[in-house]
Amino acid sequence: MSSPEPGIRRRRLVGVDLVGSELAVLFRRRRSIAMLVAIALIPILLAVAVALSTRSLEPGQGPPFLDSVTQNGLFVGFAAMIVGIPLFLPLTVGVVAGDTIAGEAAHGTLRYLLVAPAGRVRLLLVKYVGTVAWSLAAAFTLMLSGAIIGSLLFPVGPVTLLSGDVIDVPEALLRSLLVAVYVSVSLMGLSAIGLFISTLTDVPVGAMAATVIVSVVSQILDALPQLEWLHPYLLTHYWLDFADLLRNPIEWSSFGSNALLQLAYIAVFGSLAYGRFASKSILS
Amino acid sequence: MVDLAIETRGLTRRFGAQSAVSQIDLAVPQGSVFGFLGPNGSGKTTTIRMLLGLIEPTAGESLVLGESMPRSWRSVLPRVGALVEGPAFAPYLSGTANLMRFDAADRDSDRRTRRTRVEAALARVGLSPAAGKPVKAYSLGMKQRLGLANALLRPRELLVLDEPTNGLDPQGTREVRSLIRSFAADGTTVFVSSHLLAEVEQLCSHVAVMSAGSLVAQGTLDEMRGPDATTVAVLTPDTDAAQSVLRALGLTPVSVALDHGGHRITAAIDRSRVEVDSLVASLVAGGVRVRGFTLEEPTLEDRFVALTGEGFDVVA
Repeated sequence: MSSPEPGIRRRRLVGVDLVGSELAVLFRRRRSIAMLVAIALIPILLAVAVALSTRSLEPGQGPPFLDSVTQNGLFVGFAAMIVGIPLFLPLTVGVVAGDTIAGEAAHGTLRYLLVAPAGRVRLLLVKYVGTVAWSLAAAFTLMLSGAIIGSLLFPVGPVTLLSGDVIDVPEALLRSLLVAVYVSVSLMGLSAIGLFISTLTDVPVGAMAATVIVSVVSQILDALPQLEWLHPYLLTHYWLDFADLLRNPIEWSSFGSNALLQLAYIAVFGSLAYGRFASKSILS
Repeated sequence: MVDLAIETRGLTRRFGAQSAVSQIDLAVPQGSVFGFLGPNGSGKTTTIRMLLGLIEPTAGESLVLGESMPRSWRSVLPRVGALVEGPAFAPYLSGTANLMRFDAADRDSDRRTRRTRVEAALARVGLSPAAGKPVKAYSLGMKQRLGLANALLRPRELLVLDEPTNGLDPQGTREVRSLIRSFAADGTTVFVSSHLLAEVEQLCSHVAVMSAGSLVAQGTLDEMRGPDATTVAVLTPDTDAAQSVLRALGLTPVSVALDHGGHRITAAIDRSRVEVDSLVASLVAGGVRVRGFTLEEPTLEDRFVALTGEGFDVVA
């Protein structure tokens, strides 16, 4: 390929270098590493507490799956996911998604990225890809840490599902991965909301907090029976339904409904983010 | 007709009811070192942000390197290196990592030569020894240089430098000045905004002056200094004799008594009409004891203050 000038290769359609650079910056950042460590600690704390406790739980007592942890270490990941999905995982998503544009604006690097030129739409897409990667990393870190600590502290064997069927260990690990995918997808709508909020402000902390508040409010509304008509449209409505993946045969309907719902949120808030950012005056 | 690197027509930006920039017609010739002057808050940075497509103008249009901005950003911006309102970097990344990131932001930049180009740019501004340190450990001057290095990641046709010597020590200022001269020697057009007049005077071939959002003057440095504002000053005890000699030559002298005796007589002089070199001889021939004689060239500062006013008026 001939270069018209040193350093320039003309006419590239997408240019993936920025995605690579964004992911490298995101995952090498000390804050991100600290959050992943904290996520990994959720199942570890949970497993250690159960292992040290002399009292055995009655079936059905405590969070779902917790009573099964002592019989089978593979349940640690599921129980930890139940604990992590309402607040802690959305919190980390809020930090990452809220920081996307507002964080660059606060550092002043937004103007230099745009002058480079990154392109506004492209920058927005790259930032969203970063948050999706974060959702995957967060869910898989939690699941992996759960599987490791569970197998160290508790016996591991065939898993008895909610439907009463028994599946072998490889099948159970596969289901763990499926649950992690389900949770990642669950967080993608929230990421889109965070991205949109991040285009509204130059103060990253504000965007982070607002994103977390959205997820909390959604869960509160989802708990009010008077608003039952609203529930299927709430961002968080299917968050805990990953348990349907632990039936035999797998109950795919909640996965599908959840994916559709998240897609709708991505479409709406992605468009809003585009509408706001494409014409925004960059004064930071 | 000279080709213009930057041309604006009626460029205007309002924020609410206030005009930050109103109706400016810039003409920056290609290959010039163009000083963009004005007090703080006169609209320089807003203009630069419009030229770079960071904010949309309310009215008017701008052509950068012959193409319309912000519409043609994809083909214009890769040819422009910029330092906008101070350098800005991710503080937790090293100097090298920050530059690699900005370079990767342009989809047309060549990955294979990226590291070499980043290293060359860092070397050019003398930052190679600190390249691996996180930017939060940099001094203001080092950040400023890193910002310049970012503008130099590629050969550029136009450099837009907003206050490039801000925060630099005297050595750093000299280095930046010589860097700017070397860019100009390569044929790059350099558009420098500054409120440091002495700096502009030393560097620039052309000057434009902003005041309260309007362009109040624009031209070559010599045009801006004004052609007929040279002043002669004579120190003498013989004030009457000196004044009559000067009057005889067609000048209008003004005499001021000095504290330690004698007078200082000044007169504006049109150098095309009066032979400066024979002035002292005429004075001496007229019996005037000349203690001192100076020719005072107008400075850009005089002109700048004349155009933009004294004091710190911020347009409300």
